[in-house]
Amino acid sequence: MWAPEAELKNLMLAGLDGDAAAHRSLLTSLSNYLRAYYRRQLGRIGRSATDAEDLVQEALLAIHTRRYTYDPVEPLTPWVHAIARYKLIDHLRRTRTSLRDVPIDEAPDLIAEGDHDDTESTHDLGKLLGQLPEKTRRVIEYVKLEGLSVAETASRCGLSESNVKVSVHRGLRALAAAIARERQQ
Amino acid sequence: MKTDDLIAMLGTNVEPVDRKYVLRVVGAAVAVGTLVAATAILLAFGFRADLTTTRAFIFLFSKLAFTIVTVVLTAIMLTKLARPGGERRISIVWVASPFAAILLLAAVNLAFAPSAHWERMIVGDQWLECLLSIPIIAIAPFALITWAVRRMAPTDLRRTGALVGLAAGSISAAAYALHCVDDSLPFVALWYGGTIVLCTLAGVVLGPRLLRW
Repeated sequence: MWAPEAELKNLMLAGLDGDAAAHRSLLTSLSNYLRAYYRRQLGRIGRSATDAEDLVQEALLAIHTRRYTYDPVEPLTPWVHAIARYKLIDHLRRTRTSLRDVPIDEAPDLIAEGDHDDTESTHDLGKLLGQLPEKTRRVIEYVKLEGLSVAETASRCGLSESNVKVSVHRGLRALAAAIARERQQ
Repeated sequence: MKTDDLIAMLGTNVEPVDRKYVLRVVGAAVAVGTLVAATAILLAFGFRADLTTTRAFIFLFSKLAFTIVTVVLTAIMLTKLARPGGERRISIVWVASPFAAILLLAAVNLAFAPSAHWERMIVGDQWLECLLSIPIIAIAPFALITWAVRRMAPTDLRRTGALVGLAAGSISAAAYALHCVDDSLPFVALWYGGTIVLCTLAGVVLGPRLLRW
């Protein structure tokens, strides 16, 4: 019945060990489930697909930047579902929507269906990056957008490799925080 | 921004993850918090002066047992609660058990004592010092553990906040026990237990604000 669980968990475990292809394919699968989930949940209270896409991206960022909170002895779906639901409720709170209409849902609801119809979110990556400190922004651009290796980025920016890794991690979390701030306004 | 672009970005140069990160960071915060609290108590009040007698040693040991067992159980619960969906995997019964035990022992102790001694056993000498010191000293471990849990992803912020407060309160009570010479069980149950509960309630109130992510 929970067919995707085993497959998703394998991708997650490989991603935790640094397998980029597995990680990408995990995020792609999850984004489809998340999209269907948020459209269903927001549809019930008359919200748009753009709102849903915003939430998909916030949830993906949270999943990525906090993936060390996943305990490998546990199934993956409840972990993802807990993040998805937390971000949903947080979003509704920020936009001052009544939480009374949010139905209780369980982990299997998250992977009940997928939705590939990727629309644009309102988040503007360029603008969000512009809010980061100069050093962090450059490191993110080199490592995460241009795909330069950590070693190369380190020598270009005159930083140590561990410094680059920390900056990437901080930068992504700062991006997630910038998105959350944007929403509050 | 297209979601595919975000995925491409997140999926570029993926670093391996430390799978023990939660245990390490929460554990370190609890350990450092304990050290800071103990140092603060010893600098402010000093170690209890009468430790030459076996009696004092036994009482110190039992107070430390009560508080440290609470710290350890709470820390274990926190490593679960700090993860998304962790609230489904814990049971409050565990952290409540040391309190149930000390209340039971205190009640038995009172039952066997003449009622003329009750006031002295409950109020002790230094109840005010205890009532003030434990919550004040708890601020340091509270801040440290909050810092650690903020790096994680708790999804039940009230309950997580409660456990952060409980951990900080019992760490502080353990540190205070190094100094305190009020040894009756009813005293410990009321003033240690009560101040720890106070710290827990502070955590319930502060959790949703401090632990959001």
